[in-house]
Amino acid sequence: MEIIRVGMGEYKTAKAPALLVSFGLGSCVGVTLYDGVRKIGGLAHIMLPDSSLAGKKDFNPGKFADTAIDHLIAELKDEGASTKNLVAKIAGGAQMFQLKSENSVMMIGKRNVEAVRRKLNQLNIDLIAEDVEGNYGRTIEFCCETGKLTVKTIGHGIKIL
Amino acid sequence: MFKEIELDALKEIGNIGAGNAATALSMLLAKKVKMKIPEVKALPFDEVSKLVGGPENMVTGIFFRIEGELEFNILFIIQPAGTLNLLKIMLGQEKLELNLTALEESALKEMGNIIASAFVAALADFTRLSLRISVPCLAIDMAGAILSVPLSLYGYIGDTAFLLETEFEEGLDDIKVHFFLIPDDDSAFKVLLNTIGVRTSDGNNSSGDGRI
Repeated sequence: MEIIRVGMGEYKTAKAPALLVSFGLGSCVGVTLYDGVRKIGGLAHIMLPDSSLAGKKDFNPGKFADTAIDHLIAELKDEGASTKNLVAKIAGGAQMFQLKSENSVMMIGKRNVEAVRRKLNQLNIDLIAEDVEGNYGRTIEFCCETGKLTVKTIGHGIKIL
Repeated sequence: MFKEIELDALKEIGNIGAGNAATALSMLLAKKVKMKIPEVKALPFDEVSKLVGGPENMVTGIFFRIEGELEFNILFIIQPAGTLNLLKIMLGQEKLELNLTALEESALKEMGNIIASAFVAALADFTRLSLRISVPCLAIDMAGAILSVPLSLYGYIGDTAFLLETEFEEGLDDIKVHFFLIPDDDSAFKVLLNTIGVRTSDGNNSSGDGRI
C-alpha cells in the first residue's frame, strides 16, 4: 500500500488504497477531504489561518487555511473527484505551550481550527468529524479506501474518526 | 535574503549569546559543557524536526518568547534520556520514565530559564537593545508538534524555516540540549545586523542566486 507523506504547508491527493499521512501536528491543522463514491482523498497540512497576513505575494498557498483548501479541492477535481460528494474531517490545532501573551500570537492552533471551519462552511462542505485543540501533538493517517482518519498521540490514545 | 558577511555576523552574535548560555548551563550543573558553533540555516519546514530525531520522536521542549525591540522565539529540545539525566543531576533522584511531577517540570523550566536568560542578557548587552523574555513553557510531546509553534509564526513571511541552531553537550551523562532561535520574521535579524553596524541588503534575495 502506498503511503504518501504530507509535510507542513503541503497538500496532496491520492486514490484508494493509498494512505495520506502527516506526522506530528501541533498547532497545524490536518484537513482531509474525501469523495467516498470515487474513493479519492486529499490532505492539507495547514500552518496558519489567513493568507491576507502573508508577508509576500508569491507565497506557498499550502500554508494558509483559505488558500490550501481551495487548491486541494482544485486538485481533487483534476483527479476526478466530484465537489458535491466531498466531506471533511479535521484534526490538530493544539496549543502546545500555555503561554499567556497579550496578543493572540500563541493562540495559533485555535485560530487555525476556526479558519478551517469557516472556509469549509463557505464552501458548503460538511465537516463530519474532528479531533482538535487540546495541548498535545497528533499524527494522522487518512485511508483513501475507507475514508477513516486515524489520530495517534503520545499519552492521549488513538482515535478513529 | 542574507549575504555571506551578514550570515557571518549573525553567527557571531549567536556565538556570543550561546557562549554565555553554555557557561550558565555549565555552572548550573557543575559540569563541563561543550557548545557547537552556531549555524544559521534556511531549510524546508519538515527538515527541522529531523535535526532532533524526526517529527514523531518524543522530546522535551522548553519555549520562550522574546519581545521588545526584537521579536523571536527560543526553543530548547532535549531527548528523553537527556531529560532524565538532567533531572538526576539537578534533583539527585534517579528516574526511569518521563511522567514528570510538578517539581520536576519546574526544575526543567528553571534550567531553561537560566540558559535562555543568559543568552538574551548577553544579546541585550551587546546590542543595547531592550528585550523582554517570557516565562518558560514546557511540553513533552512529538518533536514536530513542538516545533510547529515557532515555525508557523515564521511561516507568515517564509516558505522555508529560517533559524539559528546550536547544541550544548555534557558528555559524561549524555545530555544534549538543542538550541533553536527562530525569528518571527526576517526583520528581527535585520534589526540585529543594523544595531551592530552591518549594513543589510534590502530583502528578498536581490542577487537572485538562491542563496539565503
